[in-house]
Amino acid sequence: MGIFDSIPHVPAELPHRPWPRAVVTEAGWQTAIDRMVEGRLTLLGFWGERTAVHMAMLDGVSTDIAVVTYECTDGTFPSVASRHPPALRLERTIHDLFGLVPAAADDLRPWLDHYAWGKPYPLSGRIASRDVRPYQFLPAEGEGLHQVAVGPVHAGIIEPGHFRFTANGEHVVRLEQWLGYTHKGIESLMQGANLETAARLANRTSGDSAVAYAFAFARAAEAALDIKVPPRATYLRALMAELERLANHFGDIGAICNDASFALMHAQTGILRERTLRAADAAFGHRLMMDVVVPGGVARDIAPDGIPALRTLLAEIKKVFPRLIELYDNTASLQDRTVTTGIVKAEYARQFGAGGYVGRASGRDFDARRAIAYMPYDSLSFEVPVLQAGDVNARVWIRIREVEQSVALIAQILDQLGPGALETALPAGIGGGACEGMALTEAFRGDVLVWLRLDGDLRVERCHLRDASWFQWPLLETAIEGNIIADFPLCNKSFNCSYSGVDL
Amino acid sequence: MRGTLLESLTHGSLTEPAPAPDESALAELATKVNRAAQARLGRSLAIREVDAGSCNGCELEIHALSNAFYDIERFGLRFVASPRHADVLLVTGPVTKNMRQALERTYNATPDPKWVVAVGGCAIDGGIFGGSYACVGGVSEIVPVDLHIKGCPPSPTDLLKGLLALLEHVSVKR
Repeated sequence: MGIFDSIPHVPAELPHRPWPRAVVTEAGWQTAIDRMVEGRLTLLGFWGERTAVHMAMLDGVSTDIAVVTYECTDGTFPSVASRHPPALRLERTIHDLFGLVPAAADDLRPWLDHYAWGKPYPLSGRIASRDVRPYQFLPAEGEGLHQVAVGPVHAGIIEPGHFRFTANGEHVVRLEQWLGYTHKGIESLMQGANLETAARLANRTSGDSAVAYAFAFARAAEAALDIKVPPRATYLRALMAELERLANHFGDIGAICNDASFALMHAQTGILRERTLRAADAAFGHRLMMDVVVPGGVARDIAPDGIPALRTLLAEIKKVFPRLIELYDNTASLQDRTVTTGIVKAEYARQFGAGGYVGRASGRDFDARRAIAYMPYDSLSFEVPVLQAGDVNARVWIRIREVEQSVALIAQILDQLGPGALETALPAGIGGGACEGMALTEAFRGDVLVWLRLDGDLRVERCHLRDASWFQWPLLETAIEGNIIADFPLCNKSFNCSYSGVDL
Repeated sequence: MRGTLLESLTHGSLTEPAPAPDESALAELATKVNRAAQARLGRSLAIREVDAGSCNGCELEIHALSNAFYDIERFGLRFVASPRHADVLLVTGPVTKNMRQALERTYNATPDPKWVVAVGGCAIDGGIFGGSYACVGGVSEIVPVDLHIKGCPPSPTDLLKGLLALLEHVSVKR
């Protein structure tokens, strides 16, 4: 049964690939929200444009995906967040950027807009005004409570954001995040950009996921234009995506242990991470492999000495990593910090559609590489580790198992990598109207969604990039509840959500 | 654990020889850094990193400076948790308007003498994000910058070359 079967709708006029998009009235919009509240559909994305809002939804069982559109003829749309909390920050963002008003919303505080841009509703295309009010954090009341304000400039070398803790003694009663500090206006810069510039912007949405974003953006563009990419290019893309996953997981495993004061692991995984980046540099000419994945294929081939460099890397990981797993598993003082700390409830992971290690450590068995089986993952074999405990320890173990899977995937890719073209030429233009495409790829921290509308000259009319962190950050607020403040860095690192990726 | 520790002791060091200080960085510093300020510091600098809206790519490479290959602390350079303990602000990003005030306050909280190093293409002029309604575009628009380190992101070696130039400049004039 398709997603649209129970939702009254009219198919959208523009071609939308590979999944359908349809326009709904208020009845259809509310029915779609009903399905999400019931848990039959998962919110995959929620974004606006000047006169419409769109929701992407996933059927977790059939892995069907569909987009519903509500035309905001009077500048409003029925609030999603008031009925389905995972939509809240996205809904506040839509209001901040486009000035569209969610009717009957419970929370209309600004999210990205800190009143510093000099103009409200910057993507609305109109001149408007907005009342400037001091940001109000949600109240927490009770005897002996005090607040701790942290950020936006943090103590470590990390991205900026504000955390407002309410604590009773050492125990956190409530954490509220306020982000938006790194808002660069990426979606506005995308508008009118050619594909090359837009792809460069996509690479820099969240630098740690440069490949995943470039991959998603390229696939969305290829879907919109209905073109196929040569097999060799898809293998090279996956090779880079898995190297990116390895580098980040090594960094995270070490950083989590370091926040439990176990520096030895940090030093050891730091070596593996550096070796991975150096191999990536040898193979693709850039340590973070930025700007190599482009719409149509890949911008350059793997360097001749890249393959031996990668084989050496795999051998080194296979030699060293098992010892590090043992070290993690057998250090009781470390486990004492990670086991039962920062638990994410399975029901929240499901409700929020949390991707990546956050979801998979709390029983949500979803990985875009398997669910969508985009090329070349349809011809590679791998397992998706899932655990139930939902604590910091489980998020470490998911990463450990994923490192093993990525090593195996890279070996398969190197074995299967055949000769062939690197790029399919893009058409100069498509004549006539616009076209729309959408893609989901699995970044190291979870699924990245890119939705794209191109005009007849292949310029971006509208592009929305949705990081996995949108649905993970709110769960960090739940995970820290009842834990001590001193364990916050540990919990936070085990999530390692992106700031830039959600601030855009 | 013992095995891993022992092996670290018996195997050769991974730490690589220091790169030469960047020449263009030395030239830039010669014209900008106040000599009176230089005499106040020894061959040691405390660095406070400020992300003023970067994509986090620069942060990844700044992090790498602490790994076994680059081992930044052997040069007397170390990262500190507060601007009040810092000699150097290492600033990344196109300075988003939402971070402007935080950057100004961080700068004001850093005691004199102090240096500002702008890291990455965005920190120079906004880079790919220049011209956005949400970005100021370049660290020097907000605070005086003594040194720029180019790259998107600059590699750890590039970062080290720039920082060594700063260190050399500070200590030579002592």
